[in-house]
Amino acid sequence: MYYPPRSKDWLAHKLLLFSSRSAAAVSASVLVLAIAVVTLESLPAIRDIGLWRMLSDESWHPSSDSFGLAPMLLGTVLVTVLAIVIAAPLAVVSAVFRQFYAPRALGGIYRRLIELLAGIPSVVFGLWGLTVLVPLISRIEPPGASLLAASLVLALMILPTIELISATALADVPHHHYLAARALGLSREQAVWKVVMPSAVSGICAGTILGVARAAGETMAVMMVAGNVVQFPDSVFAPVRTLSANIALEVAYAVDLHRASLFASGLIMIIMTLFAFCCAEAIAHSRKSYRVGRA
Amino acid sequence: MAPLDVTSDSIFWRVNDLTVSYGKALALSSVSIDIRKTGVTAIIGPSGCGKSSFLCCLNRLSEMIPGCCVSGRIEIQRENILATRFDSTSLRRRVGLIFQKPNPFPMSIRRNLELPLREHGMRDSREVDSTITRCLTEVGLWSEVKDRLDAPALSLSGGQQQRLCIARALVLKPDALLMDEPCSALDPVSTAVVESLIQSLSKNYTIVMVTHNLRQARRLGSDVAFFWMRDGAGMLIEAGSSDQIFNSPRHELTQRYVLGQVA
Ligand SMILES: Nc1ncnc2c1ncn2[C@@H]1O[C@H](COP(=O)(O)OP(=O)(O)OP(=O)(O)O)[C@@H](O)[C@H]1O
Ligand SMILES: [Mg+2]
Repeated sequence: MYYPPRSKDWLAHKLLLFSSRSAAAVSASVLVLAIAVVTLESLPAIRDIGLWRMLSDESWHPSSDSFGLAPMLLGTVLVTVLAIVIAAPLAVVSAVFRQFYAPRALGGIYRRLIELLAGIPSVVFGLWGLTVLVPLISRIEPPGASLLAASLVLALMILPTIELISATALADVPHHHYLAARALGLSREQAVWKVVMPSAVSGICAGTILGVARAAGETMAVMMVAGNVVQFPDSVFAPVRTLSANIALEVAYAVDLHRASLFASGLIMIIMTLFAFCCAEAIAHSRKSYRVGRA
Repeated sequence: MAPLDVTSDSIFWRVNDLTVSYGKALALSSVSIDIRKTGVTAIIGPSGCGKSSFLCCLNRLSEMIPGCCVSGRIEIQRENILATRFDSTSLRRRVGLIFQKPNPFPMSIRRNLELPLREHGMRDSREVDSTITRCLTEVGLWSEVKDRLDAPALSLSGGQQQRLCIARALVLKPDALLMDEPCSALDPVSTAVVESLIQSLSKNYTIVMVTHNLRQARRLGSDVAFFWMRDGAGMLIEAGSSDQIFNSPRHELTQRYVLGQVA
């Protein structure tokens, strides 16, 4: 773009350019700094204990030189995966209902409700889990605070995220595809599931993964209902401890190698999130050629 | 208005007092016309006079449009297709619709044609394949795409996409095709290809085509219906054979329109 020198437009342009550049620089450097600190702090653990021992040590007893993160890594993965398995189908079906079945007014109210659900602080979910869900589960099989309780609470927390992103992905599929399907004598169900859904599925997957990447680090609510026993769970009713809960529980008094290994588990979580983002990116691009076609 | 003196056997649609409105706005008022089974019926008229709305009623796609309200009678073989108990799914199988903008599904070429077949219950894969081959050949696309049936349909050119959409309508063995300005998004060469395709299809299918191109209506249409807008509502001014409409129209308005004398 050409701006005549010294004009007011030119100055405004320069100012805008400068401020947006510095804002970008600040946020980028905060991210880099955070990762650098975590990496630096976990170096002693990686050097003195080693990644292999962190994964293979029998148990987590930092005071007696035992640094097994595996049960908590598994706990994190299980809680997250179970939460997705519970939340994703519900969220997708609910998004389809909202986009294709609900009358306009009801759909609007429903959307507000979902947005409200997304805005509830996680500690409130934890409170609900602790006072309602955990006693319920303990009636089936004590102690109640368990993998299942954590997954259910987490599912409730990621459900609105996945629902909102899925509905957006469905709404992004051009309406003429739906009309074309109906014009071929397909029913509403066929048109939605066979024509609209395949186009929206990459968006839904990407959205799910992003929601989950956020949820995987969700500490507070999960910590309140998971039981926090460091062990490989033998059923969904067994208490588990997640990596993030572990950090929150122990960082206050951890020193030396113990402290470094907590940072190392933080690093592992960053890497897991990064991996999830890459997956989301890959899925979002995988079907692009079918959607965009030639320029 | 019964402009075509023909026996009822040769009529596909018998439209009587059809009125379409969107909410409170009247889009089409009291249209009555018989559409013949053979040949191409071309619908002409200025923008906004309700041509697309009329077309959408013929396969009841109008019920998909929010706020669209249709009254009157449209008969196919003496049955009123606007009656709520009439099965609109089987109607749309019999009457294909081609949109103005080519709109293949964002899937492979093969899947575009396979999907309607499978969803309407064709199980045998060999039958599916032979139907796909037959329909692609019918629209003259087979030689162009036979080596890349699994390529994305959206990688085809605009003209090819439109012919694919026609093939997609043909796989269901319809009796009639509705086309809403099928060439207006295409370049002159693709237009010529699609036009000759429409000409050859008209031997086997009833075709109703909306067009803004008067020369196209003259070239392809065996019958022509002229719509006009008065006080914001569309209406049918006159319908008749192409020859009659273009050479000896009954209405002065038609005369002026086909001569390009209306502003
Ligand atoms: N979905 C809709 N909602 C509300 N009004 C509509 C809708 N579709 C069409 N209309 C109105 O109905 C009238 C007829 O529209 P229609 O699309 O049938 O005209 P047309 O003759 O096909 O025009 P064109 O030649 O521009 O395609 C117009 O006044 C239009 O504004
Ligand atoms: Mg139109």
